Amino acid sequence: MINSSQHALKILLWRDFTLAARNKSEWLNPLLFFVFAAVLFPLGIGPDTTILKQIAPGIIWVVALLAALLSLDTMFRADYEDGSLEQLTLSPYPFALLVLGKIFVHWLLTGLPLILLSPLLATFFHLDVNATLILMQTLLFGTPVLSLVGAIGSALTVGLKRGSMLISLLVLPLYVPVLIFGANAVAAATAGLDISGHLMLIAALLALALTLAPLATAAALRASIG
Amino acid sequence: MLQAITKLASLKNFYFFCGKLLPWFAWPTLILMIVGLYWGLVEAPADYQQKDSYRIIYIHVPAAWMSLFVYMVMATSAAASLIWKTKASEVVANSCAPIGAAFTFLALATGSLWGKPMWGTWWEWDARLTSELVLLFLYLGYMALQSAFEDKRTAARATAILAIVGVVNIPIIHYSVEWWFTLHQGPTVQVLQEKQAMDKSMLYPLMVMATAFKTYFATVLLMRSRNEILERESHTKWVQEEREHL
Repeated sequence: MINSSQHALKILLWRDFTLAARNKSEWLNPLLFFVFAAVLFPLGIGPDTTILKQIAPGIIWVVALLAALLSLDTMFRADYEDGSLEQLTLSPYPFALLVLGKIFVHWLLTGLPLILLSPLLATFFHLDVNATLILMQTLLFGTPVLSLVGAIGSALTVGLKRGSMLISLLVLPLYVPVLIFGANAVAAATAGLDISGHLMLIAALLALALTLAPLATAAALRASIG
Repeated sequence: MLQAITKLASLKNFYFFCGKLLPWFAWPTLILMIVGLYWGLVEAPADYQQKDSYRIIYIHVPAAWMSLFVYMVMATSAAASLIWKTKASEVVANSCAPIGAAFTFLALATGSLWGKPMWGTWWEWDARLTSELVLLFLYLGYMALQSAFEDKRTAARATAILAIVGVVNIPIIHYSVEWWFTLHQGPTVQVLQEKQAMDKSMLYPLMVMATAFKTYFATVLLMRSRNEILERESHTKWVQEEREHL
């Protein structure tokens, strides 16, 4: 049975990747937003290097958070509308596991590219190499939390016609801890302080979200399908 | 026992049960409010440092306590409605949200009014203020989600999940903002401590006000629950009979 649910998960992942490859705008647009929105800040604030350096961790993290938020609405919507989500709930395999698979694909398409793009933004904001590496580390632990927690909001609103605005209201308060630890770790690194505590706390958040969020998301999807 | 509970859980029985309980909370609320307010605002001595401004704690502190307490009540009844699918607990959970949001807002507003003369600022990004603000956002999100659904039962299931997710998150949010530089004073009221940081002449009226807020919450909760039951059951025979009765 374990083998067969692994097999089902593999098929699901393959299917989701194929769908994403054919529908590129869904995950490319949030990435473009990530870069464009971050570029607006130096234009609005002015090109002063010291100020930019100081606000960089916060801005990059906030923009990453908003980009993740933008991509949430599409996480389950297409599957909900064509009925394949309902089929997944009826399948004999653990639904929370399949949901975790879908969240993983979402992170791979939206979270991972953010991490790979972050050095570019770090250069715009004059962050040094060390701070950039720390930024990438915090994003590596933090963006999966954004996908996992966001999945709950996405699942709760999937049955609603205009759910995208509502998602941000539901999810943003839950993103507060990730933002605090993520942005402050980079700020502490720029100031030359030890950041292992911050990283461990983000990792702890990730462990908690990884274990609980798929269950909550599965329950929320079941409630939405009715 | 179980039978008695399931019988109570039907909306009609719960409506009349709430009606019977109502005076047992409404009258104590009135009396405790009058006693507590007079005691706190007039009788209690002025603070040697803050003079009369400190008296806002008789509203601020009970409201802040209630903001979390109401969330716990809401999440507990939300969990009950998920587990046993009882309609009565759905009604209670839904009725909690606006009351909790009001208490949270009251705590923030009174804190801000007190902060201006004492700290010299209306708002400070302090740990407790920030987590209270996030709590207000959680309440508002809950209410927004609730009003987005047309079907009451789907709404109840969705909001119940959100309330439980919120309960897991509240301590995390609280501790994540805790390590910021904190301007807010630490907890003064510790009942179990032998030596009280607060004098009894000030503490007792505060306790009276805290109890008054609790019974006030119960009163308003019962009233809101009754309203929501009437709204949900407006098509049924017993509600129409009840209307004629009035």
